[in-house]
Formats: sequence, C-alpha cells, structure tokens
Amino acid sequence: MATMKYAGISVEVDDEGYMTDHSQWSEDIAQAIAAEEGIKLTDDHWQVINILHDQMNTKEQLPTIRSLKKLGVETKRLYELFPGGPVKKASRVAGYLKPASCV
Amino acid sequence: MAEGKIKKVSIVCSKGSLEGIYPALIMANGARMEGIEASLFFTFFGMDAVTKKKMNKIKVATVGNPAMGIPTWIGAIPGMSAMATRMMLKTMDALDIPPIGEFIEMISDAGCKLFACKATVDMFKLSMDDFCPQVEKVLTVGEFYALSAGAEIIFT
Repeated sequence: MATMKYAGISVEVDDEGYMTDHSQWSEDIAQAIAAEEGIKLTDDHWQVINILHDQMNTKEQLPTIRSLKKLGVETKRLYELFPGGPVKKASRVAGYLKPASCV
Repeated sequence: MAEGKIKKVSIVCSKGSLEGIYPALIMANGARMEGIEASLFFTFFGMDAVTKKKMNKIKVATVGNPAMGIPTWIGAIPGMSAMATRMMLKTMDALDIPPIGEFIEMISDAGCKLFACKATVDMFKLSMDDFCPQVEKVLTVGEFYALSAGAEIIFT
C-alpha cells in the first residue's frame, strides 16, 4: 500500500500502482495515471475506460479482450491504445485493481 | 519492476487434441497480455490448430486419457469425444476462452507471430494454402531457433 499524488489528489494505490479505492477515481486522475504509462488519452481510450466502468458497475467484473471485441473494440486497436498489456493498463487507468483473469 | 522479467517467449504447440492445443494458445495470448513478445510454432499434430480444414474440428481425447476419469472403453463409444468436447468448449466459452479459430485470430491480432514447422509441412504434404491466414511462414528448426534468440522456449 502506498499513497500517490495524481492531479493534486492523494490516491491510495497497491504495490504495483493500481488504485485500491475506486471511489477516489476521477477523469483527471485517469489522465495522470495514463501519462505515467506514457499514454495520452483520446476518445478511443475513453471508449475502453467507459466500457470498463460499465462492466464493473453492472457485472462487477472487468471485461476480457474477447468481450471488449464484442463491444466494438477490435483487439488490434486495443493493443495499439494500451501497448504492453492492454487489459492491465486500461484497468489501471480506469482506477481498478490489476485484472486476475488468464484470458 | 522486478529484475529478470521475461521479455520474449517462443511457444511450441506439438499436440493436436483440444487439451493439447489450448495450453499453448492460452500461454501465447497471456504473454501478449503482459506485454511479452511471443511467437507460436506449430509442429506435428499441433499444426491442426492452424490448418483450415481441421482447426474447428479439434476434439478432446477421451481414449488413452486417464485424467478424463472414464474407462477407455466408455471413451471409445462413438460420440463420446464429441460430447466431451462440446461440454468443455461450452465451459470455456463462459470464461471467454474462444474457440480455436477465433482464438488464433485474437492471438495474431495481439501481435503474436504464428509459424508452421517445415518438417511437418513436408511430411503431411501441406502448403501455405492449407493454413489460416494468420500463419506467417513455414520455418525450419534452425530458423525457429534463430528467431527465438533471447526467448524462453516453451514446449507443449
């Protein structure tokens, strides 16, 4: 556990930098975490982040790469948007813990 | 980040049963999900996973597979393998593990490179036309090793 300062706000994160309290999340924090990952958020990134929020709100589960594709995010595009680990990084930016799924 | 992190894997898929192919595909896909560079090399019956005529007809082995927990003679009843396969695919689908054809496409879209083994291609008299479009090239073992420089090689 640690505290990080994103967009001027103190945020609780775990050892790998994933937010532990989603209620602290805001769009500004998302921008700051993305910047740390070397990502500048565009509308396409927000599309993915919004899907993550939707799925967590309705199913309490992060979407898989396959379910993201069914929701209109092509796999190739997903890897372009979040290079080096799309679900992990999208999840971090969206303010959730590291996904625990193998697929 | 911890030191000694795996940066590159080469996964060999050598078996043609459902339970032989999926571990290779899941390992390859999982590597890409972690940002690890990945290649898949299909050899022997593992090549069925990328052979157009066979890739969507892959079955679980119900004979000679003690882990199935059913006597071999029951496993040999016509339709048993198809039934076990259907059940397993259904369970996997619920976990968002796609059928083989779709999985191969997903893995390729994820940036993993797919190759077929030359010895097997020669042995089974296959050509690039027999493979799904995601297969990039037919490689010799030597080329496979060259391409795997610096990678962990995983044989399944």
